[in-house]
Amino acid sequence: MGQDLARPASRARPVPLTHNMKPLNLPLNLQVNGIGVAVPSDARVLDALRKTGFDVPTLCYDERVGPKGTCRMCLVEVTVGGKTQTVASCTSFAAEGSKVETHTEALKDYRRTLLEMLLSETSAPKRFPDDDPTAHSEFYRAVREYDAKPDALPLLERRKPAPDPNPFIQRDYDLCIACYRCTNICNEWEEAGAITVSGRGQDSQIFSFFGNNLLDSPCTFCGQCINTCPTGALTDRKLAGVDPFKTERTRTICPYCGVGCGINLITQDGELAGTQPDFDAPSRGSLCVKGQFASWEFVKSEERLKYPLIRKDGVLQRASWDEALDLVAGKFKQIIEEDGPDSIVCWASARVVTEANYLLQKFARAAIGTNNIDNCSRT
Amino acid sequence: MTNSIEELADSNLIIVTGSNTTEAHPVIALRMKRAVRKGAKLIVIDPRKIELTKWADRFVQIKIGTDIPFYNAVANVIINEKLYDEQYVNSRTEGFAEFARHVQHYPPEYAAEVCGVPVEDVYYVAREYAKASPGAAICYTLGITEHSCGSHNVQSLGNLGMLGGNFGAYAGGVNPLRGQNNVQGAGDSGAIPTDLPGYQKLERPGVREKFEAAWGVPLPKRRGITKITAMDQMIKGNVRGVFIMGENTVISDPHANHAEHALKSTEFMVVQDIFLTDTARLADVVLPAAAFAESDGTFANSERRVQRVRAAVKPPGEARQDVDILLDLFGRMGLPQSATTAAEVWDEFRQLAPILAGITYKRLDEGQGIQWPCPDEDHPGTPYLHRDDMDSGMPGFFAPVDHIPPAEEADDEYPIVLTTGRRRSTYHTGTQTGRASGFELLMPHEMCEINPIDAAEMGFEDGDTLVVSSRRGSVTVAAKVTDRSPRGAVFMSFAFPELTRTNDVTSDAYDFITETPEFKACAVKIEKAAEQNLHWKSAQARVRLAGEVVMPTKLKRDAAVAPAGD
Repeated sequence: MGQDLARPASRARPVPLTHNMKPLNLPLNLQVNGIGVAVPSDARVLDALRKTGFDVPTLCYDERVGPKGTCRMCLVEVTVGGKTQTVASCTSFAAEGSKVETHTEALKDYRRTLLEMLLSETSAPKRFPDDDPTAHSEFYRAVREYDAKPDALPLLERRKPAPDPNPFIQRDYDLCIACYRCTNICNEWEEAGAITVSGRGQDSQIFSFFGNNLLDSPCTFCGQCINTCPTGALTDRKLAGVDPFKTERTRTICPYCGVGCGINLITQDGELAGTQPDFDAPSRGSLCVKGQFASWEFVKSEERLKYPLIRKDGVLQRASWDEALDLVAGKFKQIIEEDGPDSIVCWASARVVTEANYLLQKFARAAIGTNNIDNCSRT
Repeated sequence: MTNSIEELADSNLIIVTGSNTTEAHPVIALRMKRAVRKGAKLIVIDPRKIELTKWADRFVQIKIGTDIPFYNAVANVIINEKLYDEQYVNSRTEGFAEFARHVQHYPPEYAAEVCGVPVEDVYYVAREYAKASPGAAICYTLGITEHSCGSHNVQSLGNLGMLGGNFGAYAGGVNPLRGQNNVQGAGDSGAIPTDLPGYQKLERPGVREKFEAAWGVPLPKRRGITKITAMDQMIKGNVRGVFIMGENTVISDPHANHAEHALKSTEFMVVQDIFLTDTARLADVVLPAAAFAESDGTFANSERRVQRVRAAVKPPGEARQDVDILLDLFGRMGLPQSATTAAEVWDEFRQLAPILAGITYKRLDEGQGIQWPCPDEDHPGTPYLHRDDMDSGMPGFFAPVDHIPPAEEADDEYPIVLTTGRRRSTYHTGTQTGRASGFELLMPHEMCEINPIDAAEMGFEDGDTLVVSSRRGSVTVAAKVTDRSPRGAVFMSFAFPELTRTNDVTSDAYDFITETPEFKACAVKIEKAAEQNLHWKSAQARVRLAGEVVMPTKLKRDAAVAPAGD
């Protein structure tokens, strides 16, 4: 058990429901690679091993739709009652007193072979240099971790990219490994039913009604398929050209509705470049079309106000901050002097941070002297 | 919301009313869909056949503005069939006897007639809701509140919540889904004419004194005026100065001509915003502010969860964060502040607002946000309110409310009811979504959703340019023929103000208690425009409204030749 095993859990890890007030299950005790761990009685083996700090590739697993057990990458050896079995850790429930081995030589060999089989379905060998954006994806991280060789098996026929003109989702099925996470999240979580699997076995292909064009399908462009895809077959077209090795991420909150989904703003060279969901937020990585594809471009708009403006001769003209703020303070003082503080009103905003709203109501009450403070909650 | 978003997935039954959840709150709708998948019942009560009806066990299509008779009749059945939670009603509520007498005036047959629904629906909702309680959630949004009787609508839902014992129940409650990212925070912060920060009532003994001591200045005793009142006072010349932070009042407020007239009547107008909006264009001073991606602070979401907002980039040009601008202005008014950053402002705020006292930036940075009330730093936050008792410390009062029709109903001259709202791919006045590339394919322009039978009778086709007029104004808009709209009613959003300023048409009536405008009902007439916008027709040919599946022509033809019936 080398240190390489203890990498952080992948982005699809379960988020603890801190506010779940239902009675907790009685804990089970088991051992993972010799380390004891206690988990709730409805936990899976995967939960136990991640809680212990180990991890295995989970290419078909997204905690939001639950275990599928189709990719077989998460297989582990579980010994309970003197009997050892190899099971998929995502689907198997944890058992009291069991011993779990996650990285025996046999399991590592097995995972390497599986990864090599998956590699034979894609053009990855050619597209596999480390600076390729897809090198970030779960699949290629696993390929590196298990040292799977792209040329170990004869290459199979490529899947066809979808020539889809939609402006949001790039669909390059040459990189697809048919894990079905995209169709699962679309059909079982978003329940949009926009994409499905057509064909069987090697001919299986992700397909959308009608004519494989998402704009004509029931797709809501929530972007969940992009964010669950483990290979980079589905990507955000707005992030095309962004170098993932040169970007920074800032955890914040979506600027639209009152759900308050967590987002990561992606910046490159101090410029906004895109949005990705925050899987550690209570929204569990879910977003809608606005949060996923519309939450940052307006910030970069050329039409943003850049300088204070003052109306002179009937026209708004550029001014300095000192001029503008002194004018506001002076004029307010004059109005208070002449007609009293109640002849001024201040309107706060449901769009700006709470701290600014707090300050504006304090400004109205303490600096001006009126309770004429309201916000746009009624509209 | 009384309860948490995540809890909805565990509800036994969810009633969604006056909320187009899959479009306005798509991520909350995910929890509703999950609940249905787990076996919960979903009842949608709405005048429009919204997308969520696809997941519903029952879709009750009531007429616009008939919420109170429906819910009173539901209460009537619950009480008369003795399905309510007697112990809960006895121990935690008051006014039950009077309420029980009151709802006798609302038999199911009467409600069915007024609301235009089968009487069986009333019984169904009552029995299913009672059977699933506690643990049955009611979710509503502006379809309930944006009526001239909006606060009574809310009370009629509150009555049901108490009958079922759902206040204080996990996965239950009566849940308003908040529309804007920080509408909760704006209220929490005290930006309300009647409350000091943290919902501390201005008139309550000791409250004002506490803030006077903390802020070191005497504070005004008299209640302030709301926005709606303020606009009337502007026109009368009683309001000379106005400071507007981050709001496009001219576009977002009802009866837009009135709002513009009011603001123009003021002597000195300051607007702090990120764009030169139609409102900012009227201002005497415009202050350039930072957008959310350039600001530090917090937003409070619909479930009262305070979450951290962090600046990712610097504001453009000389624009500054709202907090910095206001702190600067304090100094120039002769009241310099000791706080210099958003973090210090938050600390001052939380120490004055007991419900937020335990929420610190440090805790927010470490966790997933905290739901108030959170009285101290060891408190984990409150996922659902009224757990052991009503949080107000008072019993829940049943409100005997009566049916009040919308202020303006359809008549011979204006025979159609216009209701307004949101769509998934546009947001409010469009200043943000309008600047996102690709969104023009999802929703290219404003559309007036009209029922196919009405459209056929009036001779309109999909994409025709229409003139929609009310007693206050008129707009041109493209027709969208869809059975999402019931007969006799049309729907529009207000996200394309350049070409279609929907709020020129909407009603100037408002709720007599909260002064929320009646956006959801006004009478209009619709005519075909003399000049047709042909671009609209082609641009919307491929647009799908939420929940609509556009069949390719070939499949349509196949369906037409398939044998009919079973």
